[in-house]
Amino acid sequence: MSWFKRIKEGITTSTKEKKETPEGLWYKCPSCKKISPTNEHAQNKYVCLNEECHYHEKIGSAEYFEILFDNNEFIELNDNLTAGDPLEFVDTKKYTDRLVDTAKKTNLKDALRTGHGKVEGEDLVIACMDFSFIGGSMGSVVGEKIARACDYCIENRIPLMIISKSGGARMMEAAFSLMQMAKTAAKLSLMSEAKVPYISFLTDPTTGGVTASYAMLGDLNIAEPQALIGFAGPRVVKETIGKDLPKGFQTSEFVLEHGFLDKIINRKELKAKLAQLLRMFKN
Amino acid sequence: MNYLEFEKPIEELQTQLEKIQEAAAKSGMDVSKITSEMEEKIKEARTKIYGNLTPWQRVQVSRHPDRPYTLAYIDYITEGTFMELHGDRTVKDDKAMVGGFGSIDGKTVMFIGQQKGINTKMRQIRNFGMPNPEGYRKALRLMKLAEKFNKPIVTLIDTPGAFPGLEAEERGQGEAIARNLLEMSQLKVPVICIVIGEGASGGALGIGIGDKVLMLENTWYSVISPESCSSILWRNWNNKERAAEALKLTPNDMLGNKLIDGIVPEPIGGAHTNHEETFKIVKDVILKNLAQLEKLDPKKRVAQRIDKFCAMGVVNEEEL
Ligand SMILES: [Zn+2]
Repeated sequence: MSWFKRIKEGITTSTKEKKETPEGLWYKCPSCKKISPTNEHAQNKYVCLNEECHYHEKIGSAEYFEILFDNNEFIELNDNLTAGDPLEFVDTKKYTDRLVDTAKKTNLKDALRTGHGKVEGEDLVIACMDFSFIGGSMGSVVGEKIARACDYCIENRIPLMIISKSGGARMMEAAFSLMQMAKTAAKLSLMSEAKVPYISFLTDPTTGGVTASYAMLGDLNIAEPQALIGFAGPRVVKETIGKDLPKGFQTSEFVLEHGFLDKIINRKELKAKLAQLLRMFKN
Repeated sequence: MNYLEFEKPIEELQTQLEKIQEAAAKSGMDVSKITSEMEEKIKEARTKIYGNLTPWQRVQVSRHPDRPYTLAYIDYITEGTFMELHGDRTVKDDKAMVGGFGSIDGKTVMFIGQQKGINTKMRQIRNFGMPNPEGYRKALRLMKLAEKFNKPIVTLIDTPGAFPGLEAEERGQGEAIARNLLEMSQLKVPVICIVIGEGASGGALGIGIGDKVLMLENTWYSVISPESCSSILWRNWNNKERAAEALKLTPNDMLGNKLIDGIVPEPIGGAHTNHEETFKIVKDVILKNLAQLEKLDPKKRVAQRIDKFCAMGVVNEEEL
């Protein structure tokens, strides 16, 4: 199997990506206010150590890859893609400046990274969004990376998992951003025709054009607990109806009750359950 | 007749002309010469104003109160043969999304589109052309029906967006739109999508995956309305003109960026000044494009449609 060789060659070192978790630092849970040592919190997959709380801290692609891929080994696909500025967009600052500043601040090239690795020995391509990059907004790079990941998965017959964490469209790419919804959905239709499994994993938050395209199109739609999931943002819905929103509105639990999610899986159990599902698709 | 702010010169000329005609009707004077001169002036004014619309003005024209809406197009184009079909078979009939079979020169076509209301009462009933999930599911049901019986599909897009309500969220607005994008990519029959008014975001795209995606001359299509864009990026609505420019939402910009396939011209002064001529132009465009698309093998047509959308976007690719 030729891909395995490529994995070996392409292994990016994990040390760079491991979050520095020096001892003696403390994490305060924004939900229950419990204070726990940062390294213990990280070992707990950034889930609050209070058993009754289980607050899932927002994490990025580096953390998800580390949590899911065996030995944190994977080849990163298409990491040479960066955003263009086709509209020469300027709001409070130039889009090109915003891109440079964000890249510097986050050490990321855009709001999604794709990696091919193994989960309990099962091959999987994971495309994971980074909320820290302009709110995880979906521009041309996000769309193109997902499209290429689909091509790669179809060609190599490997399942795909997209981890969504996004405020939706990237305003600075306007209609280009909008058309990424069409592009990713079209590619996923090819995945579907090819019968290659696609698991959509929705995390906090998943809204707007991401919800209205790939995030809702999984063969399985799975979410982390208590994530905000919706099309319109809660503020907009509140303005529309002119009254307060019911408790728990647009949470994972709410979306599951209304029939749009297959499962909610705690991050601590994610890898084992994911591997089990991958084996079930295969065997 | 309603006039937009920048149409004031036209309105003034029109008022003058009406006064002259009134006076002539009383006195029996012959005003044919001055009438034709005035009409010429009005035409000149329209040509001049409409030849230089700013993006924000074009957005205003797309929402002009006298502009025709989806059902008016369909009724004219199908010469009264339109058979409206209702319901998504699951929840209800969404009046903001209409659809059904109609004959166009003897050929059966499935027409689908968002529908805005023509008066205060109907605007409520039509929910201002903002569909709920059941609207998108009705649209998909009708598209599948058309596919089953090998009938081409024409969608007419005119919406300020998918409805952001509480029940819309409960019933999966995001899923409904997403499903349509995926299913429309694979439809085996020809699909033509025409933006006839407002093309706002996912609510528009939800019926917008076609072999040919066209925009009427005075319409807009983008990820967000200029007002909302202004309120998000500048925290107020005062920058809507600037937002309209920045978004590059006009038909010319969209065609230049290869995000649509063509522009459909409107009569001088906009569709609202001459409904019938607009309908005729749109009908010809539909017939011409259908004839082209029907020549293609369905598999090839689907592959071309998918390739077209997959080519959209601009990225920098560093050498490895
Ligand atoms: Zn907690």
